[in-house]
Amino acid sequence: MSNSLMAGKRGLIMGLANDKSIAWGIAKACADAGAELAFSYQGDALKKRVGPLAESLGSDIVLPCDVGDEASIDALFDGLKEKWDRLDFVVHAIGYSDKTQLRGRYVDTTRDNFTMTMDISVYSFTSVMQRAEKLMTEGGSAVTLTYYGAERIMPHYNVMGVAKAALEASVRYLAEDLGKDGIRVNAISAGPIKTLAASGIGDFRYIMKWNEYNSPLRRNVTIQDVGNSALYLLSDLGAGVTGETHHVDAGYHVVGMKAVDAPDITKG
Amino acid sequence: MSDIEDRVRKIVVEHLGVEEDKVVENASFIDDLGADSLDTVELVMAFEEEFGIEIPDDAAETIQTFGDAVKFIKEAA
Repeated sequence: MSNSLMAGKRGLIMGLANDKSIAWGIAKACADAGAELAFSYQGDALKKRVGPLAESLGSDIVLPCDVGDEASIDALFDGLKEKWDRLDFVVHAIGYSDKTQLRGRYVDTTRDNFTMTMDISVYSFTSVMQRAEKLMTEGGSAVTLTYYGAERIMPHYNVMGVAKAALEASVRYLAEDLGKDGIRVNAISAGPIKTLAASGIGDFRYIMKWNEYNSPLRRNVTIQDVGNSALYLLSDLGAGVTGETHHVDAGYHVVGMKAVDAPDITKG
Repeated sequence: MSDIEDRVRKIVVEHLGVEEDKVVENASFIDDLGADSLDTVELVMAFEEEFGIEIPDDAAETIQTFGDAVKFIKEAA
């Protein structure tokens, strides 16, 4: 889908891991629409993956960032400022929790993991927007990724669901604070997609099958679906939209019970 | 039988960028073929996609070598 919706716009993509990543679907949609991109990565294992992907989209701005460290976020934006005098959009596709606590019971979540999950998955977006605000001198748009497990109980999603609820709330507060400067802040609540991050969630295949059989569109969504919806929020097509959690989930969030035609599925 | 082995080898060669003749039965993905922890997850995902099978987490943890992968897939496919 080639267009020029993002021509002249510069954006930072955070949280790309590989070509299965939701961030990759968004980066590609933006690049195909003419955007210039910069990427951040955490650690060498991700650097070697992000580098070639960035290059394939014509980007040579690939910077390290540990979102758990304020100095590291400062360094990212300092690096970005050396290349660009202005930033138009940010994609935040970052979350983290101890995967041993993404199965079983939420009530067993430890204080340490709760705090870390909230820090990396929620506060990082606020912290990034503190810096992004100063570079978004002509307004801007930011998108973060969330999941329906923030609103309703999903098996095994546990503390990540609590964190996503806080992330969605922070999207609304950021939208208010930054709206006066023409900066829009939205979240996409994507249906389950088999990414590297999703591999940490218990029984993920069961969740995917359930969504496929029970969503109104009777299918799962792809990273291209999410990319195209992000394009709307990041481009001027979404100029009147902020503070929103937009569901890109084949409609699953409107469903009240199992579809009559959905087969019964057993675990495993 | 060897068809599965060839397909698994092809995935490993492409994903890890190693020579085909290094991918032998006892070759450990991490110790011999230079895989990092993310590679091992990505390989399992690639096997699942290629063979249309499901490899649960506890089984994935036991797949350490090329031979382990071939054995698991032969039993599951």
